[in-house]
Amino acid sequence: MNQAAAQTKPVSPTGGPGAAADETSDDAATSVVSMYVKQQKIYARAVSGWFAGWRWAMVWATQLVFYGLPWLQWNDRQAVLFDLGARRFYIFGMVLYPQDFIYLTALLVISAYALFLFTAVAGRLWCGFACPQTVYTEIFMWVERKIQGDRMARMKRDAGPWNLDRSWRAAAKQAVWIAIALWTGFTFVGYFTPIKVLAQLVSQLALGPWETFWVLFYSFATYGNAGFMREQVCKYMCPYARFQSAMFDKDTLIVSYDVERGEPRGSRSRKVDHKALGKGDCIDCGLCVQVCPTGIDIRKGLQYECIGCTACIDVCDGVMDKMKYPRGLVRFDTQNGMAQHLTRGQRLKRIFRPRVLIYTSILLVLVGALATSIALRSPFRVDVVRDRASLARIVDDGQIENVYRLQIMNATEMPQRYQVAIKGLPGIVLDGADTIEVMPAHARWISVAARVPPQTGTAARPGAHPIEFEIQRLSREPDEPVVRTVEKSTFVVPR
Amino acid sequence: MSDFFNSGWSIFVAATTIIGLVACLILLIVASRRRVMADDNTTGHVWDEDLREMNNPLPRWWMYLFVITVVFAAIYLALYPGLGKFPGVLDWSSAGQYKTEQQRAQENMAQIFAKFKGKSAEELAKDSVAMGIGERLFGNNCAQCHGSDARGSKGFPNLTDGDWLYGGSLETLTETITKGRMGVMPPMAAAVGTAEDVKNVANYVLSLSGGAHNAAAAQLGKPKFVVCAACHGPEGKGNQALGAPNLTDKIWLHGWGEAAIVSMINTGKTNVMPAFSERLNAEQIHVLAAYVWSLSQTSSMAAK
Repeated sequence: MNQAAAQTKPVSPTGGPGAAADETSDDAATSVVSMYVKQQKIYARAVSGWFAGWRWAMVWATQLVFYGLPWLQWNDRQAVLFDLGARRFYIFGMVLYPQDFIYLTALLVISAYALFLFTAVAGRLWCGFACPQTVYTEIFMWVERKIQGDRMARMKRDAGPWNLDRSWRAAAKQAVWIAIALWTGFTFVGYFTPIKVLAQLVSQLALGPWETFWVLFYSFATYGNAGFMREQVCKYMCPYARFQSAMFDKDTLIVSYDVERGEPRGSRSRKVDHKALGKGDCIDCGLCVQVCPTGIDIRKGLQYECIGCTACIDVCDGVMDKMKYPRGLVRFDTQNGMAQHLTRGQRLKRIFRPRVLIYTSILLVLVGALATSIALRSPFRVDVVRDRASLARIVDDGQIENVYRLQIMNATEMPQRYQVAIKGLPGIVLDGADTIEVMPAHARWISVAARVPPQTGTAARPGAHPIEFEIQRLSREPDEPVVRTVEKSTFVVPR
Repeated sequence: MSDFFNSGWSIFVAATTIIGLVACLILLIVASRRRVMADDNTTGHVWDEDLREMNNPLPRWWMYLFVITVVFAAIYLALYPGLGKFPGVLDWSSAGQYKTEQQRAQENMAQIFAKFKGKSAEELAKDSVAMGIGERLFGNNCAQCHGSDARGSKGFPNLTDGDWLYGGSLETLTETITKGRMGVMPPMAAAVGTAEDVKNVANYVLSLSGGAHNAAAAQLGKPKFVVCAACHGPEGKGNQALGAPNLTDKIWLHGWGEAAIVSMINTGKTNVMPAFSERLNAEQIHVLAAYVWSLSQTSSMAAK
């Protein structure tokens, strides 16, 4: 694995704490270093280009959904609302119960496989373009640039004294950051408490303790992660960052520097023919390092810090254009593509390799299964619970009765009527189950007794006999189909 | 901390905890600096001929997380119990928290139940909140024996049929739930007479409710019923003051038919309903009694 190699393989001794000690020094003269390094602040330079455009498109797409969704109305309620208190989860037309938790599991499994698939094909696409960490960092860095200027201006100001100019800019940046973070926290909680109610509570300063905590906590996390932690999150905290390398192979598209074309690097005049001087295409301007949000040099090869944001591709393409060299000194390419000089077509063909095909087929099966399951989902759910203490009783004229509690869960937003029938034993009838009305998105418990005539009791062996409850939802309109569901249970004949 | 049989253990625990915390900090400081062994940014160790370990230092903020945990531990131990017998500045205990929460719950509950105070069974039966509370109380406390549909089973009375052993008024139901009941049917075989007499009385009892019986035997058993009449009344209609069941209806709490009645006369029966005054407070019992009352009013069985 290349990432692993990058960690164990010593790099050129141009930097690092050990570089100062020269070879002749004995043990007594070797320096002592701190095991905990102070993080060097990264001043990422602004970048524009084709990939930067895509990244901004993803910022807009993800954030319009995130900030906008809670404000959408549907059926006179919030379109997407996770009501933890009432344990009902509304997603547009769907009303989910805690019993539907399997859908969340399926969604997470699908997300994981989608991540595997994207990673196998094109590396850390998720990290570079869609991950909230990247997206919020992008937004926060934009604010930083607008207020404090680009890389050079920021570095210069940070090196200088705390004068008025530096102070007001820092304060303004913090204020905007905090505002964005608070709005993000507010939006997050708006998925759990109706956002209009939440807005009202905030305006009246009447927020409950849990809402207050989560708004502030989520805001703090956004502010801290996007404002300060940034690449530290990717490098030291994110589990995906580390296990994604397991999905890489030599045909995975990664951000790569064309060593063969670029080296030996060196500055030169635009007018000279650098090939004649024995130089490669890399003019060693260092822009690829300056734009990197994780502070690495892509020319050292694939490194675990690289989140695949492609800022270096954009900036290098710009330089190549200025130099009138062909683009793509730093580009999305595969390791095999680099080494074997594969054409675009050959590289594309290699996408259809077993690893990718397996991920794709598993993903398709999962998505298909989830879609089918949701499409075929019954608009109501029934639990049948046998009475716990008394198994059976004998009533008038030797008839045998068993008692059940039925919970009918209405997963629609209209009041519904249900009828319960029973079958499974000769002459079995239900008592106490007339038409049952259940309020919209409510669950209701009812007690019913199933009864068999004495002759059934004598004919059947003592013990538990399988029976079935058939519950049908009565149609509200003449053309509405009747929905049925069947629940299994047992009927106990006493000794 | 009463588990400690002498204060030595308490001191031991406290000392170990503090030494552990201090040791963590010392370790952090000692391990924070290291002599460089190689000049190529590796640790200088070589394994398997060419495998070297890069000096890949931990970020400093991560180290601060360790410090924060130590600080957190110190603050926690100052506020809460943990250092041996030291109860902490806040004087917190799980028992204390339980008591506070219970008290708060009681206060909240009292507010809800205050609305039901002094209301009649009819009024409460119309109150859906009261009935909802009653249903849950019934499900948690009564359904185990009487069934979740309150129709009981053998030995456990049906509460919906309007046939009450002790009476079905709100006051009687409240008393039944609060104090419990003990119903005693003594063995009456000796008083009735021979086994044949017992059988005859049983048939007479069956005839009272119009069940299948041997008419001749019933006729013979009728004079012997006087010993039963002491409790069940001369007409067999029972006596609610004694909890003696009505024998003229078709409701058989302990089994129907000749054999069951013969066995009851021969061996008797003691049937107990436990008292709930320990588990439920008076306000809860009031609502629960009203719920049980409402069951006997609306049931389809009562309508029959």
